[in-house]
Amino acid sequence: MQFDPFVIPFNIGLYFILIYSVVRSVIWFRDLSRPDKLRLQRGFFGTAFVQSLKEIFLESLIHRKILKTNFKLGYMHMSLAFGWFLLILFGTIEADIFGTKHLNAPYKAIFFRFFNPEHGGMGFEAVYGFFMDLILAFILSGLFLAVSKRFYSKVVGMRKTTRLKATDKIALISLWLIFPSRLLAESFTSGAHGNGSFLTGSLGSWLATFLPAQQMAYPFWWLYSLSLGTFFILLPITRYMHIPTELFLIFMRNSGIKTGDKSGTYSEVETHSCSSCGICIDACQLNFSVGITNIQSAYLMKAIRNNDDVSDIAHNCLMCGRCDLKCPVGIELSPIRMIQRRAGEPENDFRNIYKGYFRSRQSVALEKTNGSSAYDFLPENNPKKADVLFFAGCMTHLTPTIKNSMIKILEASGVNYNFIDEQGGVCCGRPLMLAGQDKEARELINYNSRMIWKSGAHTLVTSCPICYKVFKESYYLDVEVLHHTQFIKRMIDEGSIKMNFLHKKVVYHTPCDLGRGSGVYDEPKDVLKHVSRLEKSKFEDENSLCCGGSLGNMKISNQQKSKIARDAAAELTKGNPDILATACPLCKKTFSAVTETRVADISEIVAEAMMQPSVKKYILKQVNSIKELANI
Amino acid sequence: MEKFGFTISKGRQIDYESNDRRIAEYIFEREPSFRLCIECGGCSATCTTGNLTQFSLRELHILIKRGENDQVRQNIRKCMLCGKCTLVCPRGVNTRNIVVLAKQAFQKSDEYAI
Repeated sequence: MQFDPFVIPFNIGLYFILIYSVVRSVIWFRDLSRPDKLRLQRGFFGTAFVQSLKEIFLESLIHRKILKTNFKLGYMHMSLAFGWFLLILFGTIEADIFGTKHLNAPYKAIFFRFFNPEHGGMGFEAVYGFFMDLILAFILSGLFLAVSKRFYSKVVGMRKTTRLKATDKIALISLWLIFPSRLLAESFTSGAHGNGSFLTGSLGSWLATFLPAQQMAYPFWWLYSLSLGTFFILLPITRYMHIPTELFLIFMRNSGIKTGDKSGTYSEVETHSCSSCGICIDACQLNFSVGITNIQSAYLMKAIRNNDDVSDIAHNCLMCGRCDLKCPVGIELSPIRMIQRRAGEPENDFRNIYKGYFRSRQSVALEKTNGSSAYDFLPENNPKKADVLFFAGCMTHLTPTIKNSMIKILEASGVNYNFIDEQGGVCCGRPLMLAGQDKEARELINYNSRMIWKSGAHTLVTSCPICYKVFKESYYLDVEVLHHTQFIKRMIDEGSIKMNFLHKKVVYHTPCDLGRGSGVYDEPKDVLKHVSRLEKSKFEDENSLCCGGSLGNMKISNQQKSKIARDAAAELTKGNPDILATACPLCKKTFSAVTETRVADISEIVAEAMMQPSVKKYILKQVNSIKELANI
Repeated sequence: MEKFGFTISKGRQIDYESNDRRIAEYIFEREPSFRLCIECGGCSATCTTGNLTQFSLRELHILIKRGENDQVRQNIRKCMLCGKCTLVCPRGVNTRNIVVLAKQAFQKSDEYAI
């Protein structure tokens, strides 16, 4: 039996982490809702499982998405993850082929050279040894990048890297020590026995020239084992928990589980899957426009993991969703933030390090309300019957040109429409939701829903992406919800409205709630292409910027908001367009305050390009009156 | 009682001795822009809720600053947080946050819980 006391720390760590993973998985599975459990079972026997294996290989090991965004950062992650995986895999095979017997204990493979110091002299053994050295060199190159990133983040092309807490630092140091200590331990052993390949062999023989290699090797094997053991034991309470949880996340996502609006297993798995890579920090406008660097999603995830008070972080966000689409792990960051906003401030702030291993489910603060309705003053509304409803929304009432243009377009299109909030209606409820006040929002949603039902309409057109998103997602309506750009596109396709071509250079700003929030990218651009020359900008579609006026953030000051708006407008108007077009009254309002370029909503541009229906109407009216006179 | 078209108005002096400024302090501390308000009434003029009822954000701001919290407590929940007031404010006061903070402050103090 080959054994040495130095393998004990490694074994303790390994068995701890294995038992922990099993217990944790069972707890997580038990906490899933019944439909989600069924989804998971169906996924396991369906295509989701195969898909997940492929995705795990591409994302968890190769880190394809990070490679695409940032090659050096991706290489760093890949070399550590994929390299380590290869080292374990081929180490196990090596121990199996060349070891004394088959099916060894895991430590035999990890500390193979210690137990087989004479191995690797000749032929196939040497080739295999060369390959193992190559993998180690691959990992070490990534580790070199990682260490330099910690001190100078621009090395990997990042502006900011995440800050760490104490346990994270210990885990990080133990992770950093694993591979150099393996290198030195193997080198000394090889040096003492005169074998080893290009890396361990040459380093070993050089070290052996002035150091007692045989005696030096043993402490490094201890260090190697200790750092592995420490790393495994600290894994569940540090960000390195993402290594095992990401596998669960990928499988759960492929099985069709969504975050939803309550915290549960999936949101917890997502929170633990965040590796704090920092891509969301670089994507965040609060970072690169106004220099706020402590509220980004990576920090939110970390604060949730640590059971910290997250209400400040959760509320200080534009909710533009840029990080959601940039996240290489595919965590649904905005929904998690919304869950935290709803939860309010936690009642107890008691925490200790052991609690990190089994994080208690977040306690939702009980609201002190007397249960009465906050909006009982709302008048009973009986709208007249119509096919199409136009809901302008609060923001459109602040920008009357958009409202008037829409009325003009609706009149010209000839549909039977009703402008339901002509006299200034009731808010759609999303601003309250963004402030985490869902109960109040529900009251407004119910009120508006009643009104829409009563009208008997089949289509609801809204001018405001904020309203559009909430009508789509949180209302249970039997009507088709359209943003006005979609409606205009449809009218153009049907030939209901005719337009002249405006010889103007237009650049389009995608509003957050319309683009990333609701996935409407093409219709606004199609409409613009129809009436003007649409220019491309650097921030198109999914990469579009937030105008800064977002209702999602109440923490930043007016000055900071306008700084974000100025930066965004400057980026968009780089090509000197005639018009900066947008599809949101709030974006229009924010931008027009900070730029010289004319800012216009798509409906305004369309109304401008439309052939004069008022003239036509006027002539018809005259003709009719003449006819009437003639009849008399 | 017959009033003959006349009313007797209540005393209108502001009694700072008996007024409770805790809600105002709570907001001042967390939203410094509250101090910038010049009580122009732009917020009330554009208000969605104000369009449907007597709700006036300007009035509530003044009452909070005076420390006359009873009326504020009764009315603050009517706000729909739509954000128009923030957009029209000429002084850049973050009015939405003030409403949210006021609600929070009432929520936290037991005697005022809404």
